[in-house]
Amino acid sequence: MARIAGVDLPKQKNVGVALTRIYGIGRSLARSIVDQARVKFQTKIKDLAEDEIGRLRNIIEKNHKVEGELKSGMSQDIKRLIEIGCYRGLRHKAGLPVRGQRTRCNARTRKGPRKTVAGKKKADAKT
Amino acid sequence: MGRSLKKGPYVDVKLLKKTKVMKAGAQRRPIKTWARRATVVPEMVGMTFAVHNGNKFINVYVSENMVGHRLGEFSPTRTFRGHREPRGAEETKVQAA
Repeated sequence: MARIAGVDLPKQKNVGVALTRIYGIGRSLARSIVDQARVKFQTKIKDLAEDEIGRLRNIIEKNHKVEGELKSGMSQDIKRLIEIGCYRGLRHKAGLPVRGQRTRCNARTRKGPRKTVAGKKKADAKT
Repeated sequence: MGRSLKKGPYVDVKLLKKTKVMKAGAQRRPIKTWARRATVVPEMVGMTFAVHNGNKFINVYVSENMVGHRLGEFSPTRTFRGHREPRGAEETKVQAA
């Protein structure tokens, strides 16, 4: 019923919590939106009046980049970095950490699952 | 941590002077520079810099998108040649190196 920014909000949850289902809205932004719309944080989505939903929707659409728009904006930022050929762009292209973290170990979030090189240690010991 | 806004962007003074001279003159050659820490300012757009990477000079053509970055960001200092390939392909790699 309550659709904001293309996302169905869970009916049985508090407004402030339900808003975090929208990509780009976390707890603290949800709180400030709720305050701004003069809606009580604790009201459930199903108990919201039409005009209250309208106010929330209005604020989000006007002031905040969420969901698809936010995602496409981010990928554009990355594309720009790759295009100009700067260090950060190269790191994005290589799928390695961008902000100077170590890569000797860890960095698994960026590098993905381990690709073990079989028998590496034994060969080194012989030579 | 970023640089304090109060100070404004760091721009290499000599480099900026050279940029102006080069822009005024008819002929345009890459400006050799070691100033990797210099911020790219709008005046540099359309110029080519030869930025030192510790070994040699890398030609960097400055486009509009690059404003605000440092020159060094466009001149990588490390070469990654890849890891050892699975057995059999090793010999060809040694030759390449």
